[in-house]
Amino acid sequence: MTTYYSEEHEWIIVEGDTATIGITAHAAEQLGDIVFVDQKEEGDEFESGDEIGVIESVKAASEIFAPVDGEIIAANELLQSNPAALNENPEADAWIYKVKLSDPAQLEGLMDLAGYKTFIA
Amino acid sequence: MSDTPKRTALYDLHCALGGKMVDFAGWEMPVQYPMGIMGEHQHCRNKAALFDVSHMGQVLLHGPNAAEKLEALVPAALSTLPEGKARYTFFTNETGGIMDDLIVSNAGDHLFLVVNASMRAQDIPHMKAHLKDIEVTEIFDRCLIAVQGPSAQDVVAGHCPQATELNFMQTCEALIDHTLCRISRLGYTGEDGYEISIPEADAERITRLMLDHPDCAPAGLGARDSLRLEAGLCLYGNDITPDTSPIEAGLNWAIQKSRREEGGFPGAARIIAELEHGAARKLVGIMPQGRAPARAGVEIHDLHGNAIGEITSGGFGPTVQGPVAMGYVKAHHSAPGQELHLIIRGKPQPATVCALQFVPQNYKR
Repeated sequence: MTTYYSEEHEWIIVEGDTATIGITAHAAEQLGDIVFVDQKEEGDEFESGDEIGVIESVKAASEIFAPVDGEIIAANELLQSNPAALNENPEADAWIYKVKLSDPAQLEGLMDLAGYKTFIA
Repeated sequence: MSDTPKRTALYDLHCALGGKMVDFAGWEMPVQYPMGIMGEHQHCRNKAALFDVSHMGQVLLHGPNAAEKLEALVPAALSTLPEGKARYTFFTNETGGIMDDLIVSNAGDHLFLVVNASMRAQDIPHMKAHLKDIEVTEIFDRCLIAVQGPSAQDVVAGHCPQATELNFMQTCEALIDHTLCRISRLGYTGEDGYEISIPEADAERITRLMLDHPDCAPAGLGARDSLRLEAGLCLYGNDITPDTSPIEAGLNWAIQKSRREEGGFPGAARIIAELEHGAARKLVGIMPQGRAPARAGVEIHDLHGNAIGEITSGGFGPTVQGPVAMGYVKAHHSAPGQELHLIIRGKPQPATVCALQFVPQNYKR
């Protein structure tokens, strides 16, 4: 199980050819109070760079961009009933999607934790 | 204009308080503090919030019959405005649109005006060009702070007993900690409160005094926007523009009877006609039925998919605990209860027209 990070401030935990995607604590902090998450549905396919949802904070709407190609196999329902969970626990309970990876080799283009920490420093 | 944003005399204080600074209308202003927009908003509704609004333009008009002369540029009755009273009004253009909104106070031997930060560069020359024999002085050496919320009187009166005697839209000069300030009981949050004009050199000291009160916390532009939106107060540039008339915007109340009868302000023909016959479109409150906020620019459709207007301000209302918005719709769709669709990211979302005020106003009358 490896965790990767994207320049769009997402984390991706990979187990085999499936992965869990969320936003980093740094991103959640920057967004401020989150009030709504517009999620794609199970079965939706996407390519790296596609918009796969929108996070609305009190301040503004921010797109979620896919860090890799894949297909959504689950959207976290917790975010519909309690979008603020993304502020409280963005790197655990408040994951956004479970996805099936089309091309796990794309993960090589992402950062590890040390790289991400340097990126946001 | 220089590209470097200007700083108010309270800049260092904002940074010391952990304010997240952003460029707003050419000024480096706090959008929020560590409490966050939601918390600051609630603090203002429940206790008191302090905002730096020094970026707004403070202007003095000196000269004979200044109020009467200013009436040639705005549709408010100002020549009958008693000393110590303030009034909300707007500069209109020849086509009956709004060039800026402002507060005019009768300060006795002069008028005191507060105009929007982004419109200072327009409004000052506009007045200089049209107000004959009136000295138009833009003030650069005074801060303006707003203390807003149910505890505002408590916060301010502790240092300025006269604050208690003011009612909504009244203004006076008074000492705060030995400094002569102009204190006005008004604001733009829907709450009771004050705006205080303070000499720059004394601004940080007096601001800190207010913040020392246990009920008073600093709040930024983010909370200021969500507060005014919930209170149904128009934001210049979004909800009111040179292309919207005051009647379309529902600001009929700000045009007093004498001015309706006599006219004599730019765009009077259109504005008076709309007062009599109604406007073709109206600014309304809009309550999305789902949880998705509808922001400025979102298209409004009727239930048959016809475009009937656009959202001009919208977001999440922390007091309402849900999305709130305002926008223009064709007049026959403007009745409260009217069902609409908001086209959010390509998908129609159900919404309902409601009164243009999502929370009760708590002014001291």
